Amino acid sequence: MLRVENLDVFYGGIHALKGLSLHVDQGEIVTIIGANGAGKSTLLRSISGIVRPKSGSITFEGRRLNTLVPSAIASLGIAHVPEGRRVFAGLSVMENLEMGAFVLNDKKKFKENLDRVFNLFPRLRERAKQRAGTLSGGEQQMLAISRGLMMSPKLLLMDEPSLGLAPVLVTTIFSAIKEINDAGTTILLVEQNAHKALKVANRAYVLETGNLVMEGPASEVAKDPAIQQAYLGRKARKAGAGTGR
Amino acid sequence: MTGFLSGMLITVGINIIAVLGPSILLGFTGMFTFGHAAYEALGAYTSAVLTMRYSVPFPLALLCGCVVAMLCSIPIGVPTLHLTSDYFIVATLGVGEIVALLMENLDKITGGGRGLPGVPLYTNLPITAVLVIACIWVTRNFVNSRHGRNCVAIRENQLAAECIGINAFKHKMIAFMISAFLGGLSGGLMAHYVGLLHPKMFRIVRSEELGIAVILGGAGSVTGSVLAAIVVTLLPELLRDVVSDWRLVVYGLAVIVVIINRPQGLMGYREITLESLRGLWSRLAAGRKRPAAPGAATTGRRS
Repeated sequence: MLRVENLDVFYGGIHALKGLSLHVDQGEIVTIIGANGAGKSTLLRSISGIVRPKSGSITFEGRRLNTLVPSAIASLGIAHVPEGRRVFAGLSVMENLEMGAFVLNDKKKFKENLDRVFNLFPRLRERAKQRAGTLSGGEQQMLAISRGLMMSPKLLLMDEPSLGLAPVLVTTIFSAIKEINDAGTTILLVEQNAHKALKVANRAYVLETGNLVMEGPASEVAKDPAIQQAYLGRKARKAGAGTGR
Repeated sequence: MTGFLSGMLITVGINIIAVLGPSILLGFTGMFTFGHAAYEALGAYTSAVLTMRYSVPFPLALLCGCVVAMLCSIPIGVPTLHLTSDYFIVATLGVGEIVALLMENLDKITGGGRGLPGVPLYTNLPITAVLVIACIWVTRNFVNSRHGRNCVAIRENQLAAECIGINAFKHKMIAFMISAFLGGLSGGLMAHYVGLLHPKMFRIVRSEELGIAVILGGAGSVTGSVLAAIVVTLLPELLRDVVSDWRLVVYGLAVIVVIINRPQGLMGYREITLESLRGLWSRLAAGRKRPAAPGAATTGRRS
């Protein structure tokens, strides 16, 4: 579905992604884990066209994305839920969702999607008229995800959805991710919460300073000793045993 | 006295049209401009020169001024609209000064620093009133349209807007061109009202005045901008008798007081509608005092 080949991205003189290749197949949840500055967000930004890669290719369902502007990429069915929530703070929850359906242009589909996100996050229905800037962090994240879902994306790019959220909300968000995927949306998930991400994902890539250092089924990546030490820490080793079942 | 009154009203009208441009840019697209007087200059000189040298009828000349201002906004917008907030402000500042200097140095066309006297006085109150209403109507429709909504999304968060498929550059460009068109119109009206054009009229002071009016009125409110244009135009005149030489100082202080006490501007995001006026009236009738009501009430009555 999505294929990234030999992608090189520079920020000025900084080589942020170094010849990166990866692919995402229909129906999968693929996660990319890695530390701060590994290039995870840069990868998502290049896929959605916000950052221009220097070389390499990104293809989505056989179409080359490199030369397209972000709006054109979005209309192909790739929704990007950017890092740090970024809701339209001055607009109401409902208006945010309406904006999310921008590329849709279909009233019936809009209603369907609205019901879908309200069922996914009932809290948003209660707050439909409230200004998005007054929502809590978790609610804003729900809104950001919902806004992405409003355009019926084929591929959902999620950048650190659990960032800065209380543990109970992190669980809510991750079960929503699973639910969205079960309903047929392919997901590319960038996370620092490696433990949770590896639990929910089918496959995983590990990114270190612009290089892929490991890839494979999420459960295997979670078992890898080096990964356990670097990303899962002491606490997660217990949970790692849990994933092993 | 009636001459003075209609003169004031025409000036108010011209300033309302002029403020609508920066209002669309700053209030609804999130781009602060410090060079809007450039488009007024383009509209003013185009219309003046066309009527004086080529005997073009006034409405057509006025329209040509608007179109020239709008067309000039395209080559200005292409390189600058990619810039983010602060850098965009500096770029507009530069553009404003460049245009004013061009007017000063294109001696043969504009009369240069000596000014351009003898512009026929075609602007009158009925024309101004009709155009003011038309411009407010167009601006309201733009802001409430799909394009306007997209602009607001860009103002709120450009990255997020692009992520959901909004072409930020395109919509910024549309907003930019509309605001330039309105600038050209107010400039043209001004030219044919004052009868004398001078490059100094379009320097940074004028651009500042427009920017301040938008902030005072509340960025994100069309009626707020209109209200502020009225206040900003009338206040120095009302103060003329009271404090004579100090009026500009008092005016400056008034601006600072509003900014400190109501940073969101007089109207904030809200619009003055019939319902809100009715609500205000019933609140006043009930004699209840709301913190926001007194300011809105006095300015509302003045308009």
